[in-house]
Amino acid sequence: MIEIRELYKSFGEQEVLKGVNLRVPEGGITVILGKSGAGKSVLLKHIIGLLKPDRGEIVVMGKEITRMRGGELNEFRKRFGMLFQEGALFDSMTVFDNVAFPLREHTDLPEREIRERALKKLAQVGLEEAREKMPSELSGGMKRRVALARALALDPQIVLFDEPTTGLDPLVAAAIEDLILETQQRLGKTFVVITHDIRTARRVASKVALLEEGRIVLEGSPEEFFRSSHPMVRAFLSREEAPLH
Amino acid sequence: MSRLIGALGEWVIRQVKELGGVILLFADALRWAILPPFRLDLLIQQMEVIGVRSTLVILLTGAFTGMVFALQTFYALRKFGAETMVGVTVALGMTRELGPVFTSIMVTARAGSAMAAELGTMRITEQIDALEAMAINPVKYLIVPRVLASSIVVPILTVISDFVGIAGGYFVGVILLRINAGPFVANIQKYVELSDIYNGLIKAVVFGLLLSLICCYKGYTVKGGAQGVGRATTQSVVFSSVAILMMDYILTALLF
Repeated sequence: MIEIRELYKSFGEQEVLKGVNLRVPEGGITVILGKSGAGKSVLLKHIIGLLKPDRGEIVVMGKEITRMRGGELNEFRKRFGMLFQEGALFDSMTVFDNVAFPLREHTDLPEREIRERALKKLAQVGLEEAREKMPSELSGGMKRRVALARALALDPQIVLFDEPTTGLDPLVAAAIEDLILETQQRLGKTFVVITHDIRTARRVASKVALLEEGRIVLEGSPEEFFRSSHPMVRAFLSREEAPLH
Repeated sequence: MSRLIGALGEWVIRQVKELGGVILLFADALRWAILPPFRLDLLIQQMEVIGVRSTLVILLTGAFTGMVFALQTFYALRKFGAETMVGVTVALGMTRELGPVFTSIMVTARAGSAMAAELGTMRITEQIDALEAMAINPVKYLIVPRVLASSIVVPILTVISDFVGIAGGYFVGVILLRINAGPFVANIQKYVELSDIYNGLIKAVVFGLLLSLICCYKGYTVKGGAQGVGRATTQSVVFSSVAILMMDYILTALLF
């Protein structure tokens, strides 16, 4: 579904990605783990073309996207949904208008049908009653749920999640994890989640990869990953699971 | 000493880079403005935010500018027995200079700062990235409506400013200072030409374009969290105002 080959990216002097190789299979939830600042967000933004690599290739659904530009890239993006950290909801619009936004911008559907679809997406994340609220009135968890509804508005084939549970308390985080699992099972699409939260990976992943020092040091099934004796993986797991060490 | 020169050089390079950025944004905005579909809804929304909501401020600044200008020129002109020329002086001053310049600076302070703050906040909360991820071009969606609206609305506000300024001048001159109404008005009609008015409006269009490009650019390229947004907002107002005044000189030399 997604293949990343020898991806390099630097910002000025700082080398962030130093030869990333990763395969994201179709369907299921692939989780990319890494500590804060490891370059996970940068990697995710490459997949949707928000950043262009210095070197390397990204093939998504059979198409090489790093050399795509303008109209072609935009058309391609319509097959993605992306959930940004903290939601990135448009704060000048209500919750409903946020979810309806992609439908209004990219389809010719009549307003009545847009309304129906947007409300359905909101109901699927359990926030139909919040539809007239403004984003500033929502809690962190609610913002991300609305952002998920918006990301799913056009029924995308690939959904990208940038740190979906970061900054949330354990109960709310668990609820978001449940939502991610349930949605993926219902839709059967390909989800890519980046996080530094190991518990999230354990709960939702059907494939796990570790991004460290600009490279993917290990990728595999959850069993392979969590039982791996790879030193970087062990170091990451022990540090993250017992942060007071 | 060499450090001082180095710092100065660095500053100059930064400014040139910014100027380049603004020009590139202008080219990009132009390209997206002429490519369909045309978002009239967004344009009208911005015209309301930038223009309609500035009307009261412009009425006040225009009126008082005209009034104070009448007051000041009265005392000077009376020495030559030329008080009946107060009206002309105010009218020419408003249409050629004070109308376009003060209007643009007021709009910069009000709407320009808001543009920079709004776009800057959107940038740091990843809302602009979200737009791109949703296959919407942010320049077309955010910047073109603001730049276009500004270029349309600032001349219109200038006309309003010119009018209340001249009216204010009449009020001060004829009503308060008891200048003879007949010659006051007749001189305006005689000496103020259509070119004074429309050259003033050409200036207003350019100023509107300039202020919106600079303020949008500053907001759009914000880095560094809330502090960055604050910095961008102040800089956008300062840079726009200076640019307006500099452009004013250039245009005056070219047009008049």
